[in-house]
Amino acid sequence: MARGMELDPLLQGVLRGDRRALARAITLVENGAPLATPLLRALFPRTGRAHLIGITGPPGTGKSTLVSGLARAYRGQGLPVAVVAVDPTSPFSGGALLGDRVRMGKLSGDPGIFIRSMASRGSLGGLAAATSDVILVLEAAGFPRILVETVGVGQAEVEIARTAHTTVVVEAPGLGDEVQAIKAGVLEIADILVVNKADRPSASRAVAALETMLHMGQGRAHPVWHHGQLMSLEAPAPSETDPAWEVPVLRTIATAGEGVEALHRALERHREWLWETGHRERREQARMARAVESRVLAVLGRQLRQRLPGGDLAALVARVSRRELDPHTAAETLLQGLTREPPPGA
Amino acid sequence: MAEEKIRVLIAKPGLDGHDRGAKVVARALRDAGFEVIYTGIRQTPQMIAEAALQEDVDVVGLSILSGAHMALIPKVVELLRAQGQEDVLVLVGGIIPDEDVAKLRAAGVHRVFGPGTSTREIAAYIRRAVAEREQASHAQQPDDPGQEG
Repeated sequence: MARGMELDPLLQGVLRGDRRALARAITLVENGAPLATPLLRALFPRTGRAHLIGITGPPGTGKSTLVSGLARAYRGQGLPVAVVAVDPTSPFSGGALLGDRVRMGKLSGDPGIFIRSMASRGSLGGLAAATSDVILVLEAAGFPRILVETVGVGQAEVEIARTAHTTVVVEAPGLGDEVQAIKAGVLEIADILVVNKADRPSASRAVAALETMLHMGQGRAHPVWHHGQLMSLEAPAPSETDPAWEVPVLRTIATAGEGVEALHRALERHREWLWETGHRERREQARMARAVESRVLAVLGRQLRQRLPGGDLAALVARVSRRELDPHTAAETLLQGLTREPPPGA
Repeated sequence: MAEEKIRVLIAKPGLDGHDRGAKVVARALRDAGFEVIYTGIRQTPQMIAEAALQEDVDVVGLSILSGAHMALIPKVVELLRAQGQEDVLVLVGGIIPDEDVAKLRAAGVHRVFGPGTSTREIAAYIRRAVAEREQASHAQQPDDPGQEG
């Protein structure tokens, strides 16, 4: 919680890499506290150099254990690592059980590692609304690699692809057949696919299904964000200067550390590819477009909700529930009321 | 938009692996609307203090059944203080002999909950204690910045 704090010492603390200041700054940002905006504004010029790695996939596929292994691989390379691990908030109590640290015990005692658990707090895209701001704070604190673990996702939570530079989708054997593999959604956002628990008997089938999926789509389409929409663009024919990124399907046994080194190499290869081909800049532009747009939409949404006449809304909803009115007409009625009314304070 | 949640770290220091009680409490505190960071069994005092720091928690809840509480718990309190988290509420649950309860309180533990404590009581205690602490810190800082637009 935000206990009495001032901007300047906090800011200096974060930039110095002071872990207590960093932890408190993250809390302020996560809570949308009054100090968060000036803090983020002051930190922003110090961001933009880190490589952001998203780890996503269904619950129980071993994401946390893989993150732990990857963090240690990066430490072996001499790089400090921050981990942001998101778990779901209860839609009923608003509470959360954040359990990703259970699999990260081996990372403790290393001053080059900082782990923060976040509750999703009502967001449905696999991250919390404040995750990208928390990442900014960690970037400003000087972490060159930031691993972001999403909540266990189903098929449609693709927010991580708007947040990370490299997205790893982790699957486990036995979760689905070839039709699952060609369904739209989470699998499409992968820069790297991982089949974890590869010692399970059906691992080869899972790998084969994913490879088939990749080969069916030309293998050259790649996701880009365009005006807030995720689009799959046909990449230009690969050339000497702009080689295509081939999504690898890797096998790991995270609990034994097997395959983690290969995943670490693939991540660094993707990072280099992004920089060398100019894709890094394109993704960065899309990320920033998203950052600006999401703020505008959040404020507009809040303002609109405040201007919605509560009584009218309730009355209309009651009529819709009785089937006297359809939802479209009810919405149009409310919107007409909003556009006729002058904005408050005008 | 500002939304503050009470953050609680639940950890099991020492070598006993009986984590059922810790899990029951973690689940109950989740249902009470808190954000519970569960770190699991076999945590050293250093691991617990480090997690409390990174997670910026309001409360550290320690579950211990092994009998090693006098060796481990004062150490956790000491590490929390050393890293500037003297205002974090430290709670202990488990089997603690009466004579040790006073010693733990003297060492800086705020409350010891014995077997049979209702989880509702623990949640209510946390809510009250955190609110009191917030009030105390606001009283010290009358010039808290106001809400900005």
